[in-house]
Amino acid sequence: MSSPRVLLDREDVRRALTRIAHEIIERDQGADDLVLVGIANRGDHLARRLAREIERIEGRRVPVGVLDITFYRDDIGLRAEAPEVHETRIDVGIGDRTVVLVDDVLFTGRTIRAAMDALTDFGRPACIRLAVLVDRGHRELPIRADFVGKNVPTHRDDDVRVRVVELDGDDAVEVREGAPASAGALAGNADDAGEVRA
Amino acid sequence: MNRHVLSMHDLTRDDVTRVLDTAGSFREVGSRVIKKVPALRGRTVVNFFLENSTRTRISFELAAKRLSADVINFSSSGSSVSKGESLKDTALTLQAMGADAIVIRHSSSGSPLQLTKWVEGHVLNAGDGTHEHPTQALLDLFTMREKLGRLEGLRVAIVGDVLHSRVARSLSFGLVKMGADVTLIGPPTLIPPDAPTWGVQVSYDIDGVIPKLDVCYMLRVQRERQRLEYFPSVREYNRLFGLTAARAGVLPEGALIMHPGPMNRGVEIDSDVADLPQSVIEEQVTNGIAVRMSLLYLLLGGAGPSGSAGDDVEASRA
Repeated sequence: MSSPRVLLDREDVRRALTRIAHEIIERDQGADDLVLVGIANRGDHLARRLAREIERIEGRRVPVGVLDITFYRDDIGLRAEAPEVHETRIDVGIGDRTVVLVDDVLFTGRTIRAAMDALTDFGRPACIRLAVLVDRGHRELPIRADFVGKNVPTHRDDDVRVRVVELDGDDAVEVREGAPASAGALAGNADDAGEVRA
Repeated sequence: MNRHVLSMHDLTRDDVTRVLDTAGSFREVGSRVIKKVPALRGRTVVNFFLENSTRTRISFELAAKRLSADVINFSSSGSSVSKGESLKDTALTLQAMGADAIVIRHSSSGSPLQLTKWVEGHVLNAGDGTHEHPTQALLDLFTMREKLGRLEGLRVAIVGDVLHSRVARSLSFGLVKMGADVTLIGPPTLIPPDAPTWGVQVSYDIDGVIPKLDVCYMLRVQRERQRLEYFPSVREYNRLFGLTAARAGVLPEGALIMHPGPMNRGVEIDSDVADLPQSVIEEQVTNGIAVRMSLLYLLLGGAGPSGSAGDDVEASRA
């Protein structure tokens, strides 16, 4: 694999999140009844930052939850090992509120499908919106984002990674060009498994 | 992880940590509006209980249902077992019906192991004779770790009828594996002669041990498994080995009182002691569901070693 190409650096990420925060508020004319739910393992950190930004702009605290979608994945039982489970914590009721799902990369859409299924087990939101830092295309389900940090054309085999300060020491979005599609793409390619979430 | 869970020896230290960590996530599921996740949709779990049980059977049933598995409950009365069908024939029938996992409780030690020779699905031991009860040990470890923050170095006494107790065996093996310091306490007649080989200490004097404990784990006096001559009288047993209010008062601040249930109030544990705030007996039951969900998920949530999906998927999760 080639060395990674930086799509967004730290400042780009900051600006993108600031803009998304403004867009979220603009869409619903304020931050009333808003709940941000980040998808583990990077989306939750982005959700917390969006909440801080919204609080700075609106002077209003927005509740933040974290959602692990492992149990709702559509490839459970297809992988050799049961996928690792992360924390889920949504401390506020989401019934009749506007829930903004936050994730780092939007790819096939399967993660978002799973996240919507998971959310409905917590209640019936008034609506669910989607905010992502990067949309890299190649959707496999009829899903689109409401708020996008950056649209990035990619090859299906590319590996798009988001780094966040909280876990990785810095903020960045990087892409590694993938090898040409191999014969055993479904089974063998390590990217594939990650992409299911992305 | 091992394909079957028959004994705590089937789990490595890392396996135990993984089961407990995953159980933490499943406990959160139990607090949701809809206490159910689709993780095991389309899988079939058979609860095959050939010995009486309330909490373990219900706990396994709830665990499997909250994972969206199909659950079949099966006991000796009301089935062909009461017509004299052998364990093997019953097992082959369950196999033919496509059970992905069989949870078995049996009064004969070793029957879960025997079952693994006949069926292709995963076998989980829910208590076999006086051998082991690994899921009870796991839920006890979970409860201790959650309440006290660690397992390594914990000072735990397991008190009572160790000889007949599969719980005591599994819990001792589990605690020793996780680096805790275990003392078995009971009348000499009820301490198995090979206990020192488990890596535990043995004492016949509860009062000498109690002031230094982090956990005081009381075992049920299993009258159904004993003949009478193991100790002279219930009153004497209570006086010498029961957790009385006076003894509970000597436990260090923050120490836990645990019991696997069902309790004989007034025998191994005084009634008001069982209801003290430091007694976590009900939490053990609640945690049992999460721990069993975790185990079922980790065993059945993958395609197994023959599965074709990538191995280092975790590393690449973006």
